Amino acid sequence: MTLLDPNKASGGTPPLVEVRDLVVVRGARPVLTIDHLAIADRETLALVGPNGAGKSTLLLAVASLVPLARGRLSFRGSTVEPRDELAYRRRIGLVLPDPLLLNTSVFANVAAGLRFRGVSSSEAEGRVTEWLGRLGVEHLRRRPAREISSGEAQRVSLARALILEPDLLLLDEPFASVDAATRSKLLDDLEQLLRETHVACVIVTHDLDEAVRLGDRMAVVVAGRLRQRDVPERVLSAPLDEDVATFVGAETRLPGRVVSAHEGVALVDVGGCQIEAVSALGPGRAVLCCLRPEDVTLWSGNALRLLAGEASRPLSGSPGTSAPGPLPRVVSSARNQLPGSVSRIVAQGSLVRVSVHCGVPLVASITRASAEDMGLAAGGSVIVTFKASAVHLIPLAG
Amino acid sequence: MASLVDQAWQMLQGLVGGDLFEITLLSLAVSGLATGLSLLIGLPIGTWLALSRFRSRGLVISVVNTGMALPPVVVGLFVAFTLWRSGPLGDLGLIYTPSAMVVAEVIIATPVILGLTVAALGQLDPRLRLQLMGLGASRWQTVWWLWREARLPLLAALMAGFGSVISEVGAAMMVGGNILHQTRVLTTAIVLEVSRGEFVKAVALGIVLLTLAFLVNGVLTWAQQRSPRR
Repeated sequence: MTLLDPNKASGGTPPLVEVRDLVVVRGARPVLTIDHLAIADRETLALVGPNGAGKSTLLLAVASLVPLARGRLSFRGSTVEPRDELAYRRRIGLVLPDPLLLNTSVFANVAAGLRFRGVSSSEAEGRVTEWLGRLGVEHLRRRPAREISSGEAQRVSLARALILEPDLLLLDEPFASVDAATRSKLLDDLEQLLRETHVACVIVTHDLDEAVRLGDRMAVVVAGRLRQRDVPERVLSAPLDEDVATFVGAETRLPGRVVSAHEGVALVDVGGCQIEAVSALGPGRAVLCCLRPEDVTLWSGNALRLLAGEASRPLSGSPGTSAPGPLPRVVSSARNQLPGSVSRIVAQGSLVRVSVHCGVPLVASITRASAEDMGLAAGGSVIVTFKASAVHLIPLAG
Repeated sequence: MASLVDQAWQMLQGLVGGDLFEITLLSLAVSGLATGLSLLIGLPIGTWLALSRFRSRGLVISVVNTGMALPPVVVGLFVAFTLWRSGPLGDLGLIYTPSAMVVAEVIIATPVILGLTVAALGQLDPRLRLQLMGLGASRWQTVWWLWREARLPLLAALMAGFGSVISEVGAAMMVGGNILHQTRVLTTAIVLEVSRGEFVKAVALGIVLLTLAFLVNGVLTWAQQRSPRR
């Protein structure tokens, strides 16, 4: 996979930080293999992937904190040699999932990085005050760090890194140890701070919402390899392989084969069903059809019969008395329409995840209110519609 | 029993200003110096062992931990053989001197301090070191802050090291020889008084030894429990 370096195209200045041909081993087993990853100035790169994929290891490698079996880390175009490591690390700021505050006061924690750099105590005093204020924890200044809450501790940890005015901020799941409400506020504040300071940032997360919200770009790491790097919207709508598709939530993934292609629309045979997809792939190609659940619309069989004027009796009438006729076709711009039956309904917060069997299994995500209005129940018949442009085809070997 | 302690107390008052002061001071000097030297050896090596990863690390740590249970009398025997006038280091003329006692006690206390240093630093979150380095700490700054974070168990290591030598008698007897005005310390003096049947005097010396150990550990405990400064 070749990843276009955004900087090479525009002016030729080297990226802020770049890793090449990187291999990290644990024992004798390579746990991370990255051909190339560049981080540009002012860019926020969201590093995502399933647990244990190697994203934290990659972050530590970028911080020059894990021994590399092979590979090169460079900063503004020049290689970071072992003797440059300290100088390099003094240009970054690291925040780990647990705040890992030192057993001293909040003030001394935030001042720690400045002390390492030999900043005078009078200057440190002012900067600590400023950054405690910017993160809203000024009142904790004299408190022992071990006595504050986890949300406060993560703010202190962020202040401790941001106060260094790093060229590159490295955040490893910074919200992992805080509750949902604290997380949401912290995320707001972090988003604003990143915008204000323009600091380049790599944030490791397994939360897609966080990644989409904070990341200018998204890099997906699966099983120790960088699988895709692109703007979040493209990663979500056009995953490059099945693992990425799985991770970014394309819950419907159906292997099939292109039977015909016409004007940029491919007709794919998927286990007997025909699905249309916007794609340039030609006939004969084996493909994986990926579909996000939020792109799937469900139509209740009853409502359709009503619309078509077939059912003259009210909805409350017993539907079992006469066998329902074939469902009419929905008049819609959605190219794909498949009749099916609901196999499973799972509540997910305000949304409902509906599994539908249409000859092939499909997953739809609809609001709880819609599900109630439609009177959805397992076994009920529905029509599933989705646009050809919502289907993403991943070419498969063979 | 109570009358024994009473008599011992009177005996103690009689002893003050005499040999007791000298014996106590030598005990403190030999044990203190040995503990200090053990700290100088054990803390750096222990830190290195705790923070580095190499193949035979587990074996080395096992050897160190076995060293923590080294019988002092065996150490005494070994040091005595080495320093004996006809022994390999006999020319140094150290046998039956306080220096020989310090050597033996360093051998006893170093594994204790070393082993407990490895354990103390091993208890820290391994990512704390990465966090410190990720904030720009140099190697020495990282080690310094890790020591700070582990200061409670590290002071416990120091106390254990001091405790192992102040209370030690076998090696002190064997390499020091319990010579009055030269190498007599509290523990060897107690053994001598007991063998002479002077139980009251032995108990009196025991009280002094306990008091000394209490005072030194009290100071260290105070340092350990002191709340961190700003």
